[in-house]
Amino acid sequence: MNPPATPPWLDTDALIEDRRTRIIVCCGSGGVGKTTAAAAIGLRAAERGRHVVVLTVDPARRLAQAMGLSYLDNIPRPVDAGLSSGGSLHAMMLDMKRTFDEIVAAHADPDRAAQILANPFYQSLSSSFAGTQEYMAMEKLGQLHRTDEWDLIVVDTPPSRSALDFLDAPERLGRFLDGRLIRLLTAPAKPGRAYLKMLSAGFSLVTGTLTKVLGAQVLKDMQTFVTAFDTMFGGFRERAEATYRLLQTPGTSFIVVAAPEPDALREASYFVERLAGERMPLGGLILNRVHVPAATRLSAARSIAAAETLENHEIPNGTAESAGTPRYALAAGVLRLHAERMQLAIRERRVAEHFTAAHPTVPVAAVAAQPEDVHDLEGLQAIGLSLASRSVAG
Amino acid sequence: MRARDSDWEGVRLHVVTGKGGTGKTTVAAALALALAHDGRKVLLIEVEGRQGLARLFDCPPLPYAERKVGIGPGEEGRAGGDLYALAVDPEGALLDYLEMFYGIRHAGQALTRLGLVDFATTIAPGLSDVLRTGKATEATRRKAGGREVYDAVVMDAPPTGRIGRFLNVSVEVSGLAKVGPVRTHADTVARVIRSPQTAVHFATTLEEMPVQETLDGLAEMRELGVQLGGIFINKVYPAGLPESDLKAAAEGHVDEAEIALGLKAAGLADAQTLASGLAVELIEHARSVALQERERRELAGAGQPRYELPAITDGIDLGGLYRLAEVLREQGAA
Repeated sequence: MNPPATPPWLDTDALIEDRRTRIIVCCGSGGVGKTTAAAAIGLRAAERGRHVVVLTVDPARRLAQAMGLSYLDNIPRPVDAGLSSGGSLHAMMLDMKRTFDEIVAAHADPDRAAQILANPFYQSLSSSFAGTQEYMAMEKLGQLHRTDEWDLIVVDTPPSRSALDFLDAPERLGRFLDGRLIRLLTAPAKPGRAYLKMLSAGFSLVTGTLTKVLGAQVLKDMQTFVTAFDTMFGGFRERAEATYRLLQTPGTSFIVVAAPEPDALREASYFVERLAGERMPLGGLILNRVHVPAATRLSAARSIAAAETLENHEIPNGTAESAGTPRYALAAGVLRLHAERMQLAIRERRVAEHFTAAHPTVPVAAVAAQPEDVHDLEGLQAIGLSLASRSVAG
Repeated sequence: MRARDSDWEGVRLHVVTGKGGTGKTTVAAALALALAHDGRKVLLIEVEGRQGLARLFDCPPLPYAERKVGIGPGEEGRAGGDLYALAVDPEGALLDYLEMFYGIRHAGQALTRLGLVDFATTIAPGLSDVLRTGKATEATRRKAGGREVYDAVVMDAPPTGRIGRFLNVSVEVSGLAKVGPVRTHADTVARVIRSPQTAVHFATTLEEMPVQETLDGLAEMRELGVQLGGIFINKVYPAGLPESDLKAAAEGHVDEAEIALGLKAAGLADAQTLASGLAVELIEHARSVALQERERRELAGAGQPRYELPAITDGIDLGGLYRLAEVLREQGAA
């Protein structure tokens, strides 16, 4: 058997220094450090002279504080990173309801906007619809891009059940808005041709059941909403599709973030395949929180053997310490610790190799596990530095 | 015989949430397995369509049907119980609902084709949530021959970020439907969720963000009037060394000479260099142990029962799951 392939290295510095890179999208399953990775990349890019805005969907207060902001909101706020590079850094957190409200306000006349905003159906849709966050993230990304105020936008995708929902958002919304159901609701059946009759039969079945399940009021609210919203549907779709196409351009780079664990890498694999299917440009994989032992020359097996030697050594003379002879317990303990670390490192490497075996061309960069969560810009810098150095887990 | 009852006598619906990456599904599965003792019948429900349970129990993807996936650990000559699993999807739950309340499953299938289900899951999230929680509460209350079909139901629920909204079904739906059948259904579901029969457990690790989310989640559940459950601390690794050594190391004090002597005695070459490397590792370890300890104290402040699950280093398989179930039994979680 051939030795496992070494993946190409993901050179994030080259990526962020390349002025043609305009959008970086960080994606991956929940709990892998996606938001922190996005912020670290944003900071590092700003230190290299880029004008960066980081768009996060994660309301992590600590991250906001790490960037010296007491909170993040729907407006890009400047981060005081003491940059001498001529670059700049802004950060914002997506507020999906506000973003949605703003779109309604911007694209409908005041009366109609007020009508939509007050509709119970709209309120439910804008505050809790499972795909709204994904969709609004796309919308916000499009908005930020159109302002042209930043030359690099770093996006952290929503912590979806499946990270892939982000890409599905425009299509899902489109499917819903174009859906037969909506057409049935907006254009109650007219008698006439055969297929319309069929629709009509379908319509009464649908409304009948919906009334049964939801009650007549809900149906009425929904019809009112759909009618009021009607003129805006087209614009929504167009912008979503424009953002989708923007994501396919070479100025965009998708970075998949994963922890070196089987579940996270399974998701990452799936994501890589999906991006290829959608013709989205993949930058590579960030393997986050990789454990790197300090003394790699001593293998786990030899370390355990040495610990056993020392432990046996102590048994005949249990009072080793008081007798003034060297205390080997510390060395034995440290050797056991080292063995565990080596085993962990090997396991992590093995799952990473699995990924590379399936995706040999995907560049990979590793970030060493940090002893503490990020609390300040220095912490973000440390992650950026680890990301940019080729030696980690190499 | 165990000396004491489990901490959750009387609880029949166990909702397990937690931050992504903390092992929420593993904790839910281990708890379900632990509850399936002495011939008790337990149902484990997955609601997010990830088929995480099928992977854990090493079986083909779960259909929308309650299927036996395992047998709980037997103890001292007594048989274990039966563990069933179910993957709930909103579509199946909607058809179920139509069947159960209106006897119109057939119409439901036609509606699926017309996009009603898309409608339900896409635009009416409250409805989709109430259908999923509704399935869990239905299984909890289901009776056959005068007694409950399941002794306990464990739900692998959405993560902490979404759990409040997920469980707060009656409010979610009331925004949508002030009156009507779905409202009535939601109110029934809400009553079960807020009854002493239900408890919400939190899976966490000893890291800052998951602990913070656990504390926030507990506060949110308290506000919702839902019974707080236990804190399941997952992936705990042992300290491994005496506290005094760790304490000194956390402050950067390691006797490298002492380590080097030991390494030399064990016959390892280049003991001095090796000792410096190992000292670095010890300091890192000691610091993370100290951090773990800090997070443990944070969690203790919440005042809820806590259970610690060891890190299963070779990845969770069925054997690992049984081990965790046993640990949970020993600690009184089941």
